Amino acid sequence: MTRREIQRYALPAFALIAALVGWELVVRVNQIEPVILPAPSLVLKTLIGDWTVLFRSLLVTLTITLQALIAATIGGALLALVFARFRWIEEAFFPFAVIMQVTPVISIAPLLLVYLSSGGAVLVCSFLVAFFPILSNTALGLSSVDHNLLDLFQMYRASRGRQLLWLRLPSALPYFLGGLRIGGGLALIGAIVAEIAAGSAGQGSGLAFRIIESGSRLNIPRMFAALVLISLTGIFIYLVLSALSYLLLHRWHDSARRRET
Amino acid sequence: MSLMVAPILQVTAPRLVRLEEVGKTFANGTVALTGVDMDVRRGEFLSLLGPSGCGKSTILRLLAGLTGPTHGWINWSEQEHELGFVFQEPTLMPWTSVFSNVWLPLRLKGQSRAVAKPAVMEALEKVGLAGFANAYPRELSGGMKMRVSIARALVTRPALLLMDEPFAALDEITRNKLNDDLVALKCELGATVVFVTHSVYESVYLSDRIVVMAPRPGRIVAEIEIEAPLPRAEDFRLEPLYVERCRETSAALHRAMSHEATL
Ligand SMILES: Nc1ncnc2c1ncn2[C@@H]1O[C@H](COP(=O)(O)OP(=O)(O)OP(=O)(O)O)[C@@H](O)[C@H]1O
Ligand SMILES: [Mg+2]
Repeated sequence: MTRREIQRYALPAFALIAALVGWELVVRVNQIEPVILPAPSLVLKTLIGDWTVLFRSLLVTLTITLQALIAATIGGALLALVFARFRWIEEAFFPFAVIMQVTPVISIAPLLLVYLSSGGAVLVCSFLVAFFPILSNTALGLSSVDHNLLDLFQMYRASRGRQLLWLRLPSALPYFLGGLRIGGGLALIGAIVAEIAAGSAGQGSGLAFRIIESGSRLNIPRMFAALVLISLTGIFIYLVLSALSYLLLHRWHDSARRRET
Repeated sequence: MSLMVAPILQVTAPRLVRLEEVGKTFANGTVALTGVDMDVRRGEFLSLLGPSGCGKSTILRLLAGLTGPTHGWINWSEQEHELGFVFQEPTLMPWTSVFSNVWLPLRLKGQSRAVAKPAVMEALEKVGLAGFANAYPRELSGGMKMRVSIARALVTRPALLLMDEPFAALDEITRNKLNDDLVALKCELGATVVFVTHSVYESVYLSDRIVVMAPRPGRIVAEIEIEAPLPRAEDFRLEPLYVERCRETSAALHRAMSHEATL
């Protein structure tokens, strides 16, 4: 391993393990009650012991998040295309975009629960937060095409469709993928926030629901176990989207290339 | 060489396009061009020479139909003509290979990869980049990118080739070679070339005619004919005519620059 690789992989892994060991030691040495702070080993034990319940919740959260993300991706990209084609629609949409973006999701969630089933509210909430970064990034990408390339296409009398397919879409791709990565993280946050807002009223059985449920039963280790699964879900989404981004961009875009030094 | 015949041929060469009283004022109020009267003759090699900001690129964009004049007229003597344009920057699509970049003009005409391949490879060979067909623009040097852009302009065998300082980023040897290649190609295609450059020597070596421009506002201050037929051999650079025209062009350029100082 080169020094660089050690710094990149071994160092963070070591730091994480050291933190866990430190946590375990603090709990054991001070004999802290699990109701106050469970040791990592206990959290792991709970994770394995309660796996059937937790796994079902994980699937629920993951499914909702992915459904919302897919809907947001399709919706955001399509609306961005409409914006690129008809500027007046973009301008008309502007106030709504501002309102939706500056309003924190948690404040809309109770309202959504009035109109929708708890499952529906969670889905919509997750969709709403993921939708805007994808929309605005893609719209920005579609309008930041190199003007000289646009001139070139015009000079060769390219049709609108070909200009879109061969010029605007590839130009917008890095922006779209950036929006998708932000949206992926936000979709999970949206799903969790909505489920917490739904609280015990919801039939929801996602990971956030497990956290609330465990909290009310003072089952703190299970609370931590659910938390760990939420983190892992977030990491999973991030890694998948980063890999996608790398696959599509590494040959040509600076963002996906290591700088030559 | 029949040095005496060429000038007569050029004077009688029919006009391809005439710019009459052409002015271009941009939306921000910049007067890029004013009162430009200029002919481009069919089959000639015409250079636009002048200091930075005098409107050379603007004239090329007008000729390519990428922008319209705000005053005056541009009259074409024929309707359809195949255009090739080399932008001042390489202007390549970074997301695709060198091959696909050069293929683009033919692809937009509906030619499949297989059909276009011989023409694309021939154009790449002309600029010495046949070995880089599968490279991405990121992996090329500045001068190589520019040569890809030239190959893309040549691939349709255009009747009118508009080139905006295509060789500015190249070393002298490559530049001289491409100068000769360009003239050879122009003669082979019978193309008309409008060529923007900052170099007096390059313009005199390459051109049938040089239009010297002055900036602020952009206008034409001199026209110089080089009465020697194309293509010219390397030893043209030693002939009295070459030396004389370089001196003349240089003087015109100096006058153009000093105009700027007094304005
Ligand atoms: N899109 C634009 N909007 C406003 N002003 C412009 C625009 N394009 C060019 N200009 C102005 O028009 C003038 C002529 O520009 P042009 O690009 O034609 O110069 P040039 O002779 O090609 O210069 P250079 O040798 O530096 O490339 C300049 O003063 C420039 O500031
Ligand atoms: Mg220019």
